[in-house]
Amino acid sequence: MERFLADSAEFLPILLKGVWLTILVSLGSLVLSTLLGLIWAFLRVSGLWPLALASRLVVNLIRGIPIIVQLFYIYFVLPELGIALTALQAGIIGLGIAYSAYQAENFRAGIEAVDPGQIEAAHAIGMGWWLVMRRVVLPQAVKIVLPSYGNIMIMMLKDSSQASTITVAELALEGKLIASSTFRNTTVFTLVALLYLCMSVPLIMLVGHLERRAGRR
Amino acid sequence: MIELDNVHKSFGDHEVIRGVSATVARGEVVCVIGPSGSGKSTLLRCINGLERYDAGAIRVEGITVDAAAPSIRAIRTQVSMVFQRFNLFPHRSALENVVEGPIFVKGEPRAEALERGRALLAQVGLAGREDAKPGKLSGGQQQRVAIARALAMRPKAILFDEPTSALDPELVGEVLGVMRALAEQGMTMVVVTHEMGFAREVADRVLFLDGGVIVEQGPARDLLGDPQHPRTQDFLRRVLNPI
Repeated sequence: MERFLADSAEFLPILLKGVWLTILVSLGSLVLSTLLGLIWAFLRVSGLWPLALASRLVVNLIRGIPIIVQLFYIYFVLPELGIALTALQAGIIGLGIAYSAYQAENFRAGIEAVDPGQIEAAHAIGMGWWLVMRRVVLPQAVKIVLPSYGNIMIMMLKDSSQASTITVAELALEGKLIASSTFRNTTVFTLVALLYLCMSVPLIMLVGHLERRAGRR
Repeated sequence: MIELDNVHKSFGDHEVIRGVSATVARGEVVCVIGPSGSGKSTLLRCINGLERYDAGAIRVEGITVDAAAPSIRAIRTQVSMVFQRFNLFPHRSALENVVEGPIFVKGEPRAEALERGRALLAQVGLAGREDAKPGKLSGGQQQRVAIARALAMRPKAILFDEPTSALDPELVGEVLGVMRALAEQGMTMVVVTHEMGFAREVADRVLFLDGGVIVEQGPARDLLGDPQHPRTQDFLRRVLNPI
């Protein structure tokens, strides 16, 4: 135990640098996936079939390819096309795109859960598509979507570790590097797991709160 | 002010409206009756473009109704609609439901719209319930809010799609009372309904729709009191003496 504490004191500052990158990758890709997901979802419910079809194709393409392959593609293939990104940029963009498909499906489900009768009523007082969205659909869809959105946040936090495969020195990769040079596997990976828990447990509690609130409605 | 000229409408292979022609004059109250599936609601929904029609023409104040054209929004601000299931916005209070259209569609000043919204809620007997969410109101109250919401657009006509069919029997009267008062004030109204008493007393004219065509039409007292067509006679017999 004393050994564990002594090692921890030594490793933690390095691991915390990894934590910082983990947070950066997670937040960056969360913002990007939310924006892209909203775009895919709006195209899908636009009522215009070419847009809806395009959205379906994009979402299924993204869903059908493993995150790790998408990361490799962005980090290793794009430079051959003249688009060179840093590992951090590639990680954020790759995870952001990969998760935009799940965000889109979640947003679409929320939008489609709003009673069609209300949408008709909104049309009947002369509202156009965007006004119906802004005043009637989205305020209600947000409440429906929030708990799943929280769950996606948790998954993204954990999947940010996949950025380690393209050399982003986030928490998992820092841990692996320390472990392979010190052989303190137990200490290092226990610390890594605990640090992930420190970040994910608050999110899990937030989701629980959102779900209880949604259940009360 | 509303003209229907040989209107046709199909859902897939099923033709629900098979050549309906009719007119509604300003200030007139027209009730549309008929068995379920006769196309009454569909016909009503075609008038404000919630449903597209396949052939013929519908004109409101001389402007052709085309659900796909931008002009449909202007028509909808002139022809309000009240739905069977109220369709209030559940996340907004009664007053917010009423002023939604005036503020966000017509761009009326907020204070003015709110003042008028309160007056309209009072007019339908809901003074004091301005801040209640629809979920806290009875069906009859919700439908009266929906009528106030329709009135808030300052419409030239209001379409009612079976406005009392989803209500408990004891709540029907309060909604019909509000509608009767509107009719007496000269509002142009097209009412799809099963309330024969309301049709007899309030309507100027009744259309009997069956199988997608107008089988018979005429002044309310004549059509309901002395129907000429056997299908009208049969329908009224079944509605008035259900047992």
